[in-house]
Amino acid sequence: MPEQLVFAMEVTLNGLMAGVLYALVALGFVLIYKASGIFNYAQGVMALFAAMTLVGIMQGQVPFAHLINAMFGSHVHHFGWNVPAVLAIAVTVGVMVLLAWLVQVLVMKHLVGQEPIILFMATIGLAYFLEGVADLMWGSEIKTLDVGLPQGINLWIDESTYNIFGYGFFIDNLDIVATVIAALLVAGLVCFAQYTKQGRAMRAVADDHQAALSVGISLNFIWVLVWSVAGFVALVAGIVWGTKSGVQFSLSLIALKALPVLMLGGFTSIPGAIVGGLIIGVGEKLFEFAIGPMVGGATENWFAYVLALIFLVFRPQGLFGEKIIERV
Amino acid sequence: MLDNSLSYVTDDGRTIGGVVMEMKNITLRFGGVVAIQDISFDIREGEIRAIIGPNGAGKSSMLNVISGFYVPQEGEVLFHGKRRPPMRPYEVARQGIARTFQNIALFEGMSVLDNVMTGRLNYMKTGLFSQALWKGKAEKEETENREVVEKIIDFLEIQHIRKTPVARLPYGLKKRVELARALAAEPKLLLLDEPMAGMNVEEKEDMSRFILDVNDEFGTTIALIEHDMGVVMDLSDRVVVMDYGKKIGDGTPDEVRNNQDVIDAYLGVSHD
Repeated sequence: MPEQLVFAMEVTLNGLMAGVLYALVALGFVLIYKASGIFNYAQGVMALFAAMTLVGIMQGQVPFAHLINAMFGSHVHHFGWNVPAVLAIAVTVGVMVLLAWLVQVLVMKHLVGQEPIILFMATIGLAYFLEGVADLMWGSEIKTLDVGLPQGINLWIDESTYNIFGYGFFIDNLDIVATVIAALLVAGLVCFAQYTKQGRAMRAVADDHQAALSVGISLNFIWVLVWSVAGFVALVAGIVWGTKSGVQFSLSLIALKALPVLMLGGFTSIPGAIVGGLIIGVGEKLFEFAIGPMVGGATENWFAYVLALIFLVFRPQGLFGEKIIERV
Repeated sequence: MLDNSLSYVTDDGRTIGGVVMEMKNITLRFGGVVAIQDISFDIREGEIRAIIGPNGAGKSSMLNVISGFYVPQEGEVLFHGKRRPPMRPYEVARQGIARTFQNIALFEGMSVLDNVMTGRLNYMKTGLFSQALWKGKAEKEETENREVVEKIIDFLEIQHIRKTPVARLPYGLKKRVELARALAAEPKLLLLDEPMAGMNVEEKEDMSRFILDVNDEFGTTIALIEHDMGVVMDLSDRVVVMDYGKKIGDGTPDEVRNNQDVIDAYLGVSHD
């Protein structure tokens, strides 16, 4: 087999894995957009917040330590214990549910029936607020997150591909785990939306508020539920990305990578988020591999956005989005 | 409890029971505009009660008060003889009051079957996990709910479009699906907001037949709004007539037809 083709295969595989990570972030956007028509700009910051909270809890950090010390002249930093990862994740899920409830009660509840642009602005405000709160709560230094996910080269793949092609593929264990987690998450979400009472109610609310009320669905409850689920997805994305590149402010910027994914996949489709993520992941890696050297590299920074732009021109609703039909 | 001392049997053999819903001196204002002014009337078990009036009379507002979408500034709503505190629409729905909308509010993205199934949401009790896994009790519950829904779908003759996404259906069928969803909740009181609006003669006849059949077969108490006098008179047991937010008539279709105020409101009258 020609060497170039083998390289391309490895690049494609890596692209698929990167795509899964993009899809993870995009999922959170799709969930909230589907159920409430809100484009949640704060999704990326929610991932950052979730990851910081998880690290903070695991390391036994005192929340708002700087604030407390500044106010009372004390010197508290850590409780002096370490919380096991599983327990810390459970507590963080609780924190995300609490956050969802607060967002609904303090912000979204008062904006029911407003224009989408106003709701969007509210989520921008939420993003900056949450970013500040996260820093204040847990400090702004870069933290490492280790919940026990395997990392580093997968030797089995390396060896077996070496035996076949005479060239060992470099596939990160973390990417493989992330793929499995994403697959489980999507399967779980689809089951939830299709087969449970709450899932049905969620789809109903997404479709028509008045009709949902008339069959006895509480909009408030469903929105808290949706924000909670989005918070959970943010936590999963935060864990995977945080493990990969450390928990730091730039984590919130992964949301920007989710944008082109959404434009490709459509804002309203869960499968769309997955396929969109994969296309962008593979596309940018292959483009960098094939075209990159000719134009001086670093194409990964802009490829996704250009692809999204092309989609916006020719298929604005995305691959799986609902077609926008205006009747006159 | 229901006061059954008022009950009687109609000419066509249906039993009309005691008062299910009573509106007492309802007044509803939007800023300076008075949409409903001091209106009282009742709805009895098993009857078809119509609220009619010219456009802008406040009929839809009245229906929205009953279903909890509007909260009146003054007056009381009594359901089964008990005063009802101000409630959210979803709480009213959970009490057993189902409704349809003038401009059709369906879940456009879902199939007809899924739409009608949402009417059963309040009958689903089992936990999240068993539902997701679809085992045991949840499965039994799902089957029971499906049976009720299939019966209603058969009854309203929409079997052939069960799996069709609602968005693709013509107007008349959408109205019928909306009725099916409301019926799926097995309501104690069914509110229909202009069920015949925008329909042609044939569709109107179909819908009239379904309304009568529903009332006859399931004994459902129905309150409906209509501005087409002809349709209403054939359909209903008793009629409330509204004009400019006030009640100008209340009684059997014959009584209402001969009421001078009603004739004036509908035909117009010269003030000289």
